[in-house]
Amino acid sequence: MISFQDINMTYKVAKRQQGLRAALKSIVKRDYTYVEALKNVSFSIEEGEIIGYIGPNGAGKSTTIKILSGILVPTSGDCSVFGKRPWDNRIAHVKNIGVVFGQRTQLMWDIPVIDSFELLRDIYRVQTADYKKNLDELVEIFSLSEFINTPVRQLSLGQRMRCEIAASLLHSPRILFLDEPTIGLDAVSKVAVRNFIKRINKENDVTVMLTTHDMGDIDALTDRVMLIGKGQILYNGSFEQMKSKYTNIDEQSRTIEEIIAEVYEDFSI
Amino acid sequence: MKPYISLFRVRLLNGLQYRAAAFGGLATQFFWGLMLVFIFAAFYGEDGYSNGFSFSDLVTYIWLQQAFLAFIFLYDWDNELLEMITTGGISYELCRPVNLYQVWYVKLFSKRLASGLLRFSPTVLIGLLLPYPYNLSLPHSPLAFLLFIVTLFLALTLLVAIAMLIYISIFKTMHPGGSIMIFGVIGEFFSGLTIPIPLMPLWLQNVTLYLPFRYTADLPLRVYSGHIGTQEALMGIAMQIFWITILVTVGALIMKRITRLSVVQGG
Repeated sequence: MISFQDINMTYKVAKRQQGLRAALKSIVKRDYTYVEALKNVSFSIEEGEIIGYIGPNGAGKSTTIKILSGILVPTSGDCSVFGKRPWDNRIAHVKNIGVVFGQRTQLMWDIPVIDSFELLRDIYRVQTADYKKNLDELVEIFSLSEFINTPVRQLSLGQRMRCEIAASLLHSPRILFLDEPTIGLDAVSKVAVRNFIKRINKENDVTVMLTTHDMGDIDALTDRVMLIGKGQILYNGSFEQMKSKYTNIDEQSRTIEEIIAEVYEDFSI
Repeated sequence: MKPYISLFRVRLLNGLQYRAAAFGGLATQFFWGLMLVFIFAAFYGEDGYSNGFSFSDLVTYIWLQQAFLAFIFLYDWDNELLEMITTGGISYELCRPVNLYQVWYVKLFSKRLASGLLRFSPTVLIGLLLPYPYNLSLPHSPLAFLLFIVTLFLALTLLVAIAMLIYISIFKTMHPGGSIMIFGVIGEFFSGLTIPIPLMPLWLQNVTLYLPFRYTADLPLRVYSGHIGTQEALMGIAMQIFWITILVTVGALIMKRITRLSVVQGG
């Protein structure tokens, strides 16, 4: 359903050495370096899966999500989501997807959550009946009723994140991209958000692709993980297998974080 | 149309809650207007005319300028959009099934409309009540008033088209300060907000005729007092429509190109 074939993404970045001389020189002549964010990345995802996408900072996770959501055009390679290339017709493509960037907000800061929801309803041209049904369902699943009329600035991070995810599901997307949805949340909120994601995936048959640094998320949610490092896919398969490979009998008490750190080291990323 | 009407509504809602800012703005505009009136009074001769522009027309020009600042003053920036461009919040905007140029245009337009409609009446009222010759005069004629409304609305439409080009340029420079400063100063001067255009030397007045800026402020303000007559006003309306068409087309095209090439900054 989603396929990513031999995608390369190269960014051009201006750089200069330290010091006044280099600064003056860069006014006249700029030096550029090319950063390869993705190198021949290929994978595919089936409908109804929850995929965990992990890797250290700067590995290329967000770049992948941005390409899949049609925001970025890769330097080379091909990608298809529901049989179409995301960037060919961005507007038609984004109707099918929901995106949550955990470090940014899509809700308007100073007005109640419900007003932001209604704006999204109109932007996605969701029919009134469908909106009503989705809203009731999301309010129930994410327990939003207590604070749906509160301005966003007065919400706790956990409450806000529940609203953010609900907001990205109002137009019944078939795929949900979650970019670090549990970042900064306390233990209770994390568990809550994980349960919500599971429910949405099961009950609404939404395919979920999740990037995270929290291995608890991966453990609790995903059927399959993809590990990316330095722009390349290094592992693609079951998380259990990856874990067992790195856990010895005498060190069963190791945390998931320690295991992952060892995996990263092993692949020298 | 629905997404745009809804956006407009939300922006209006958002704009309505900053009452303190509205009152603050009002006080600033009133005192600023008063100061300008006295400065120009010092320059005007005994006969009350300068370059054929009467003092009473000038005072009316200044009060209208202060009352409708939100419609005609380029130098008013939307921090939400600026932040979106420079910090990458634009990712979300690009994930929506709407045209980015249109959405931003509506956002800017509605913000200015909300702020203008909220603030103009007290300034106009105070201006009308001030003693002669420091007062805002009534419109020259009912027709002049009608033409004033039309040109003012088109002025706002054109101003937002110009502002859009500035926001688009920030995509390239990633530094709002530069574009805003340059365009702000040039725009303010050539739209006649620093010195009214009739007070400029003739050659400079001729330069302003070839730029879009005077159609964003000078035209409606002088149509009101009848200093610009009906025929010239109609010509002005044609020029406003001409510039709006060109700038909106160019802006939308560049925006389309740039969003396909843009790199969203940061994780």
